[in-house]
Amino acid sequence: MSWLRGKDDTRPWTGGYYPYDLVKELCVATGVIGLMAVLLTILFSSPDEKPSTIAQWSRSLPQNFSTTAAEELAGTSGTATYGPPYNHNGTGQEAWILRPQKWLGVSHPIDTEKDFVVGPLEAIPGDARLTAALNEYKAASEQQKKAWAEAYAKPLEETAAAEEEEKKPPGTVTVNEAAGSVAVKPSGDAGPVPVMMERLLALAKSGGVDGSLLTSSQFFQTDYTKPLLFMADGGLLEKRAERDHLLGEQWGIMNETGSYPGQAWLWLYAVWYQIEPFKSSENADILVMMIMGVLSLALVLIPFIPGVRALPRWIPIYRLIWREHYRAIEHPRADG
Amino acid sequence: MSAEPPPSPGSWTARIREAGVRALPPDKLLPDGQPTYVASWIYVFGVLSLASLVVIVLSGSILALKGPAWWHYTSVGHFFNSIHLWAVELFFFVMVVHLWGKYWMAAWRGGRARVWMTGAVVFLVAVPTALTGYVSQQNFDAQWISTQAKDGLNSVGVGAFFNVTNFGQMYSWHILLLPIAVVALVTAHVLLVRKHGVVPPFDLEERRAALAATDSPGGGAGR
Amino acid sequence: MATSTIVAAVFNLNRPAHTVDWHFIHLSVANVIVIGLMLLVFVLAILLPFPGSRRRETAR
Repeated sequence: MSWLRGKDDTRPWTGGYYPYDLVKELCVATGVIGLMAVLLTILFSSPDEKPSTIAQWSRSLPQNFSTTAAEELAGTSGTATYGPPYNHNGTGQEAWILRPQKWLGVSHPIDTEKDFVVGPLEAIPGDARLTAALNEYKAASEQQKKAWAEAYAKPLEETAAAEEEEKKPPGTVTVNEAAGSVAVKPSGDAGPVPVMMERLLALAKSGGVDGSLLTSSQFFQTDYTKPLLFMADGGLLEKRAERDHLLGEQWGIMNETGSYPGQAWLWLYAVWYQIEPFKSSENADILVMMIMGVLSLALVLIPFIPGVRALPRWIPIYRLIWREHYRAIEHPRADG
Repeated sequence: MSAEPPPSPGSWTARIREAGVRALPPDKLLPDGQPTYVASWIYVFGVLSLASLVVIVLSGSILALKGPAWWHYTSVGHFFNSIHLWAVELFFFVMVVHLWGKYWMAAWRGGRARVWMTGAVVFLVAVPTALTGYVSQQNFDAQWISTQAKDGLNSVGVGAFFNVTNFGQMYSWHILLLPIAVVALVTAHVLLVRKHGVVPPFDLEERRAALAATDSPGGGAGR
Repeated sequence: MATSTIVAAVFNLNRPAHTVDWHFIHLSVANVIVIGLMLLVFVLAILLPFPGSRRRETAR
């Protein structure tokens, strides 16, 4: 396999050795790094921005919360239409014939209607009006449920879109800032959905949805997927992220909260998302992952890549590194 | 009566011991000298990377002693969390400078391809080790990074069995599985360096021509 | 947003970062400093003399 090695005329070293204490060097190095870490800690500490909760989200952005909740019920939210590994409501990303997201299937099932809305509401005791609304909702056909949910969601979505484009909202949604409540004029018959949504907002503000989503399957829980996905469908996390320069278009992959250094080593991974065709592609993630996979493999296999492995010979930084050695060869000591 | 067990050369133990001693006799495993061409500060970045890893593991072990919530509500906990984070920044800093140095030395020469490859894989495994750490912080940063990173991982199907929003799973990978992988790879990398020795300098053309012209035996044995 | 029991650092980095912007490149100042330092350290590591030259001369 010598063709793989290329022109490698490196001979084993038969020259001199000088005393070099490797273990002492490691101890000194550990001391140096340890001291530097302590110094940086004293100077700068480390960031610890408190996590967001669904309670905070629903209290600070009640309209955004209601919009997201309506979309979860209607099955039109990001999570609801994500596809695998959460559900079959989307095929996921693809690159030519490659569809690994679809192939690996649904491993963490999430039914947004049941898990994020109906489930938490069912746990609320002693609310006759809510119980009646839930019974009416559950007894209806899938088509009817969807029609009700969309009639409620549509004005919220239109208002959100208008606000984002800085246009005049249609006036179908009013927020009572003091009470933290949201009144929606549905675009059609919304059936029991307005009562359900109003109760969900109240439950969320009390912290009940945070708790409900976490302990829904068992008492002890370490999997935060449901509350995280619900929040990520909304706008609070994104709002905080934008302030901290953590969004994709802000090269957020490389950044840390505050003014701390982040992950500079992710620069090449971040670059692709800033340029076309990846910037506007729906399949950006799989395309970038594949490119980085190939480049990572190339990094490992540099010894076997012609040209790349020869570059150090052509750009002789090595002459500086080994200048003492070359000087000693070219001007050997006169005494024998 | 013999005080030592009789030799049993066919045994697995004996074979492994002999292979180990053949590959790395004690004075090769822990030499007290280095070739005279090891004469540049660039050479200390390998040991600085190793030292950073030691500080990371030590500070991480202290954080593991008190559990993942500790650093949020005590100064001592926050102190060790800071050490851990800065040690990681230092680790990537010195490791990449080490990589740059080794590249420009073409340190894979002379049968040292595996040294380069194990080193490159250490870097590639260190990246998800850091990622699992970031998503185990249980703060806003962890919330954001996990809900964003899930898209990249889901797109290639990895998300089906590696769920960045599952704190329990990510914490386990971060404090046990990935550190074991990193330490194992670093051990292999360092043992390979000891076995092959630090890569010698490029032979300069002039030197080779001079050798050929004078027909001098100086310059050492052949391959 | 640290809790009151945490001892403050000398410099407070808990505020929105400044960025270095050039065309489509947007890097935080902290990251630019880190990358700049890496390049500087690499150059210095190669250029600065390494101690022990006399011991090496004797050994050659």
